Amino acid sequence: MSLAETAHSQTPPAWLALDRLGVLVAIIAAGGLALPFALFRANRIVPGDALGLFAALPMPLALVLLTALVGGFAAALLRWPAAIKLGMGLVVLAVLFVLVGLSASHLTPEGDSFARVSPGAGFWVLAFAFAVLVTDALTRLALRPWQRIVMLLAVTFAMALLLWSGLWTDLSMLKEYANRAQSFWSEARTHLGLAFGSVALATLVGVPLGLVCYKVKSLRASVLSVLNIIQTIPSIALFGLLIAPLAWVGAHVPGAKTIGISGIGATPALLALFAYSLLPIVANTVVGLLGVSPAAIDAARGMGMTRWQRLRAVELPLAFPVILTGIRIVLVQNIGLTTIAALVGGGGFGVFVFQGIGQTAMDLVLLGAVPTVALAFAAAVVLDALVDMTARETRT
Amino acid sequence: MIEIDDVSRLYDGRAVVDQVTLTIQPRTVCVIVGTSGSGKTTLLRMINKLVNPSSGSLRIDGEDIAGIPAYELRRRIGYAIQGHGLFPHRTVAQNIATVPGLLGWDKAKTQTRVDELLELFQLDPVSFRDRLPHQLSGGEQQRVGVARALAARPNILLMDEPYGALDPVIRAKAQDDLLAIQRKLGTTIVLVTHDMEEAIHLGDTIAVMAHGKLLQSAPPAEIIARPASDFVANLIGSSERPFRLLSLSRVGDHVEPGTASGTPVDVTASLRDAYAELLWSARTALPVTRDGQVIGQVTLAALARLAARPQ
Repeated sequence: MSLAETAHSQTPPAWLALDRLGVLVAIIAAGGLALPFALFRANRIVPGDALGLFAALPMPLALVLLTALVGGFAAALLRWPAAIKLGMGLVVLAVLFVLVGLSASHLTPEGDSFARVSPGAGFWVLAFAFAVLVTDALTRLALRPWQRIVMLLAVTFAMALLLWSGLWTDLSMLKEYANRAQSFWSEARTHLGLAFGSVALATLVGVPLGLVCYKVKSLRASVLSVLNIIQTIPSIALFGLLIAPLAWVGAHVPGAKTIGISGIGATPALLALFAYSLLPIVANTVVGLLGVSPAAIDAARGMGMTRWQRLRAVELPLAFPVILTGIRIVLVQNIGLTTIAALVGGGGFGVFVFQGIGQTAMDLVLLGAVPTVALAFAAAVVLDALVDMTARETRT
Repeated sequence: MIEIDDVSRLYDGRAVVDQVTLTIQPRTVCVIVGTSGSGKTTLLRMINKLVNPSSGSLRIDGEDIAGIPAYELRRRIGYAIQGHGLFPHRTVAQNIATVPGLLGWDKAKTQTRVDELLELFQLDPVSFRDRLPHQLSGGEQQRVGVARALAARPNILLMDEPYGALDPVIRAKAQDDLLAIQRKLGTTIVLVTHDMEEAIHLGDTIAVMAHGKLLQSAPPAEIIARPASDFVANLIGSSERPFRLLSLSRVGDHVEPGTASGTPVDVTASLRDAYAELLWSARTALPVTRDGQVIGQVTLAALARLAARPQ
């Protein structure tokens, strides 16, 4: 018997071959299945009871979840096409999300407004496992940039539908929301304003600064090392360090107070976020410009473009994808960092996180943390797609 | 006419171009040849002020270029470089339209010119106009690079190792196309190369440079027959001399009466090709054809005479 035949006789058929990442997903998911699916508490701060799948859900619904999970395990473990893995992963996630809401309605006694039901560790682990499966399938499908944005829009729409339908109304996170609906949206506006505003400011300052560093070699090393040092200051310290000087400016510079400059509040938060954003934007601008093909620059000079024409028509457009990558890095970073702004009275989703920690109300922490993570994720997807779209046009 | 008059360029006190004087006649091809570090590219780049001379002067059609703003001068002179230097984010048409755009040509005129040039370089305007450079082959990119350099009908075209990145087959074709276009448009071409073969093939004049100095400037036949120094002779390659000499003439100029047998050779072929065919087929004479009609023969004896060192 030849070697090839031996190998053949010992290999299982192609459709039965195991997927390595899928095995990991399945192990994690199996762990999730063993953990409690939901937590029930008599009120928002007492320790709760952990409930398994069959205790948390009426029997028929538990069976629905188990059926979906069997399909999910198969899609994860076997080497099926990525599109099927993606579809099954999304189905499992959808079932999980709908059922956790139904579980809350099932567990909350009629008319009891103090009882709290929140997703248990089992739910989070299962959701994580199948999110990994979905992400892996998306990577394998190598979707075009606009297809990724469409996927994001579809998921956002599905989540909005889920929230609007009232399926989740009995979940404790949504009960925390119901108590704070108004401040939630105003903090959301503050959060977005701080994150996007600081990135916009940093882009307005950082790109020209990067340009100067690119043109003036002697300046490059010193500017970049100063920005590097700023980047190493711990974020809480930087927010705190700005209080004293800004309070002084607010008190002594005429007109500063009227435009909102003071030791605490949004100004120090915005300044700190701005300072953190500068290094990646300046550095990426310099690197992007240095990466422009020397032949293209020589040709531009040789054909009689002036310095500004060269910059506008050749250097900046060719460096753009790298500059945009810098903006993507700081936008995602700042959406997360803005949570800390609440510590200096800057507002944003951090307000709920720190209130929640103070009251040991984890659901309140989640009310601040989950939208932050979702925003950062969405910003990353959109900007990655934009970077890919622009890079496609400028490659040599 | 380009007059380079006692021009030097110093970098840190070292002369990269050292007192070069060279006159390039209008409507001719001048090839500057030399090893790397000979200063040939620096000399070329002084013609469109990409490098300014430390001393000496350059005149174009009698006008000193020191008095012309650099960007204005460059828009009047075509410039094509190794690795084509196309703008990767712009289409073929946009690339070619660069200088017309800088000169403020209107849209219709520019578009007509772009299509005209694409046709001149045997690239179908409809299918090439909107492609990006990375969607072209190396040879196509190079042709677009030269088309772009010629867009605003410059009288002078500077080329810095334009064929360095091409494989030999495409390079030979590109060289022949360039000569045909030069004959048609009457452009003065200054081309830099390190390849003596290319210099002999393309140049009406060859200027040999080493260590910043111009060693010799003469027509190819004279460079081959009477190299000014051992360095020039070495660059030509002593064992190559007879063949290089033969490569300069066409069969058509040396047809003798008589009839030979076997595969014929066309009048447009070089004597070198005819010689190779004679040796390979072990014949002493080849029939010569023009438009398919036999008009005479070319003989081994005659070629041997022509390949000998001219007196």
